[in-house]
Amino acid sequence: MGRFIYRRLIHGLIVIMGVTIIVFVVTRMVGDPVQVMLPLESTPAQRAAFEKKLGLDRPIHIQFAEFMTRIVRLDFGESLWQKRPAMDIVFEKLPMTMLLTAVGIGFACVVAVPLGIIAALRPGGVADRITVFGSLLGLSVPQFWLGLLFIVLFAVQFKILPTSGAATPSHIILPALTMGLPTLARLVMLVRSSMIDELNQQYVKTSFAKGLPFVRVVGLHALRNAGLPIMTLVGWEVIRSLAGYSVVVETVFAWPGIGLTAIQAIERDDLILIQAIVFTAAVCVVVINILMDFIYKLIDPRLKLT
Amino acid sequence: MNQTHTDALAKALAQNRYAWVDHLLELGRELKRDKAGLIGVILFTALVLMAMLAPYIAPHDPTDQDLTARLAPPVWYEKGTWKHILGTDHLGRDVLSRTIHGARVSLWVGTAVVLCAGGFGVVMGLMAGYLGGRTDAFIMRWIDTQVAFPGLLLALIILAVIGASLTTVVVVLALNGWMVFGRMTRSAVLSIRQSPYVEAAEVVGCRWPRILFRHILPNLTSPLLTLSILEFARIVLAEAALSFLGLGIQPPATSWGLDVAMGKNYMFMAWWLVTIPGCAIALTVLAINLVASWLRLISDPQEREKQYARHMAAAMRKKMHDRIEKEQSAP
Repeated sequence: MGRFIYRRLIHGLIVIMGVTIIVFVVTRMVGDPVQVMLPLESTPAQRAAFEKKLGLDRPIHIQFAEFMTRIVRLDFGESLWQKRPAMDIVFEKLPMTMLLTAVGIGFACVVAVPLGIIAALRPGGVADRITVFGSLLGLSVPQFWLGLLFIVLFAVQFKILPTSGAATPSHIILPALTMGLPTLARLVMLVRSSMIDELNQQYVKTSFAKGLPFVRVVGLHALRNAGLPIMTLVGWEVIRSLAGYSVVVETVFAWPGIGLTAIQAIERDDLILIQAIVFTAAVCVVVINILMDFIYKLIDPRLKLT
Repeated sequence: MNQTHTDALAKALAQNRYAWVDHLLELGRELKRDKAGLIGVILFTALVLMAMLAPYIAPHDPTDQDLTARLAPPVWYEKGTWKHILGTDHLGRDVLSRTIHGARVSLWVGTAVVLCAGGFGVVMGLMAGYLGGRTDAFIMRWIDTQVAFPGLLLALIILAVIGASLTTVVVVLALNGWMVFGRMTRSAVLSIRQSPYVEAAEVVGCRWPRILFRHILPNLTSPLLTLSILEFARIVLAEAALSFLGLGIQPPATSWGLDVAMGKNYMFMAWWLVTIPGCAIALTVLAINLVASWLRLISDPQEREKQYARHMAAAMRKKMHDRIEKEQSAP
């Protein structure tokens, strides 16, 4: 166990290092940060002063060393756009994205598991076919378009739900639905197929034969054994959302999370804020990956952690 | 004498017919049994034709502006005209023509990305699975590390810094998507490696590239095909999302995602600007998904058997039904 934690931590560090190096290379070497961040009409003197301020006039390896030491202290510098430390902005926006992800994916899980089980009880039946076609449809609809449709439907036609911002609790309903639906579609398919496999196992037949109640066999025995791939997918969905896929939903609904901030930072060429956001996203991905491994162990004690 | 002669000739000719023709005919027969798959294949073929023939079938040039007919509604509205069947956007450009031309970008990006990512991923997976040892450890570490990257965010930043265009979108999406191919190929190679014919090839003295590409790769065709089609659907959605965010295809080129983004500002007075390109994306991806799920079914021998049995049972039931009806109506 100790060895496992050690190896995962080392791998996580490699991932975070890799991401920061790529961000450093892309922002400092491929593009010219001064040209990107300063307005076109700025004088050479202004440019030089700006370079000096960011330390861009020094050799590239010294810049890199300084970049890394600042990252260790979680100090990326001041955001050019908001004129305050970039990490403060990130810590302010990250909980909003986490909230949206939790509600959206939570909703998907709550709906997907019963739907998938119902479909799996009679493969090829009416309920199964409707579920499969519905989830294929859900997989095919682009998320941003779904969001726009929801806005037209619930906010313009029926005028029952707010569309943008995060002022009241009801503001979360539409973005969470939009975030949850593609997840729901993928999850239903997976719950269905792994439950079909599990319900064909001998132990399920034995449990029925010895007279255990239906709900207990399906809901407790079979579902628990089918749980591992389902947990994997849920973990993946959380990772995807925190690793940037929330950008789309947050842009459509102007949800003040880290994705919207990332897009705004990109539009305003605020490289410092971008670096902070990507670093945070990488850390989130690594932490969730490690957490997922522990949850596997909890669900299925047979697993060996390597 | 003459009779046997022609028989032999027919037999020889039948043997001479290319094997893939038979395969295709067989596939067609199976396709008829699966309605969802058939709809998917027809839709997808229509889309490909539409994309290839776009300059000939589109009624207008997709960038032609008709400023006297801005935001014209589709033809079934009172103000709609046959000149712009699906209406026009805020610059008076024909929505139908833009949608037809948009198919080109989506399918082109999808094909290019799947070819690049698939090619690279498959070669990496083959090497990792067959050579083993340090190569395997290195490639798998690389894949594990890259899978844990915040892919979309990195893609957005790279596109923002080096400038978004058709080529950069393809490169960035391919860089983001090759790992799936690598992982799947490796696991398939590991299971095929021990089979007698691979060992035989080794004993005969084939070099490893020949064993990999002539003996192992052809056996991976069907899982790789299914994966490629699923990836294709994902890429079409990803391209649309990037273009919607303004970091994908840039105007004056056309793309469905771009059109939705532009129509967003006029959403409340001209619903067709958002709805039509959005429907086009959804329909494309749905068609691809239907084809993929059909392919997955027919490449699985167990599922195939089940389907065949179902088909035969249905045919027999129909026959019985017909006979009973005939007997009842006879006297």
